[in-house]
Amino acid sequence: MADKVAPKSHASGKFSDPKSEWPLWEVFIRGQHGMSHRHVGSLHASDTEHAIKNARDVYTRRNEGVSIWVVEASNISASSPSDKGPMFDPSRDKVYRHPTFYDLPDEAGNM
Amino acid sequence: MRDTTSALFEFLLRQGDNALVLGHRTSEWCGMAPVIEEDIALANIALDLIGQAKLWLEYAGEQEEAGRSANDLAFLRDAYDFRNLLMLELPNEDFGRTIMRHFLFDAFQVPWLEALSESSDQRVSDIAQKASKEATYHLERSEYAVIGLGDGTEESNRRMQNALTDLWPFAGEAFRDDNIDRAMHDAAISPLPSMLQPVWKIKVQSTFQLAYLTPPDSEFAHSGGRIGFRHTEHLGHMLATMQFLQRAYPGATW
Repeated sequence: MADKVAPKSHASGKFSDPKSEWPLWEVFIRGQHGMSHRHVGSLHASDTEHAIKNARDVYTRRNEGVSIWVVEASNISASSPSDKGPMFDPSRDKVYRHPTFYDLPDEAGNM
Repeated sequence: MRDTTSALFEFLLRQGDNALVLGHRTSEWCGMAPVIEEDIALANIALDLIGQAKLWLEYAGEQEEAGRSANDLAFLRDAYDFRNLLMLELPNEDFGRTIMRHFLFDAFQVPWLEALSESSDQRVSDIAQKASKEATYHLERSEYAVIGLGDGTEESNRRMQNALTDLWPFAGEAFRDDNIDRAMHDAAISPLPSMLQPVWKIKVQSTFQLAYLTPPDSEFAHSGGRIGFRHTEHLGHMLATMQFLQRAYPGATW
């Protein structure tokens, strides 16, 4: 049946170094309510498909989700915690960015 | 065979015991799997299987009309009264062998439960429909892992090939029809297991192709487990662990 025999270099690269750890993946679940996917945690997996399978078992055991996103953690670019001041402080004193100077009619509901 | 035994009762024991024995074996990985993600996944699968066993054995107990509950059937029968496939009672050995066993079983279980979903017996159909969704996921997982490990490193390929070579002679038992199967088939409760072998073969062969694995060129199959003729020496040891609590403290609940 299988006419292929395992050649030494056949590995598709996924697991090529037995000593290397599986990469880290960040997991986002869309719950029963709402459209957005929320970050729920991380896990290790060999590739995308494996990460989704693991996420299903680790993070949706109690019927939490209807959809799963995974992204390899190394592909996420993040702002640096030390940039917090210059990044976010300037918006603090710009109260005009918040729509607090308008009279909202009651019919508009929560904004 | 005991005279109180009906064909349907036997049939239900076979379904329940397969799920129970593999469920227990799988639960032995809890806290032991190579990575935590697999540990959780295997524990989920074990719980799925034990849940299925409960449904089958409950129904078996009702059919028998001897007042035995699912728990009685699970914890108070001895090895000779179990009706599971021999492959499922073998010790886990390494992770690769566990995955290979799951795959060989899941590839049978998926078409089997799909067929049982059409059973003339409503209760069998209901249980099969519930179990079918779980089995489909189990197969997705085990098939993926067989390919990942087969097409992995030299060591993982070697371990998977050893697992396949060792388990292959046990895989055929599932397809050996007997009088119980024929009675179930005549009553449109189930297909004959042998009818599913071609589908199973196509599935496993295409997966092994992708996984760089070669099954032995042999149709030989150990048998006796599902008909209750004989079990391996491993089942008794497994039951000693699994049944200890109910044997030592009869009727204990928590």
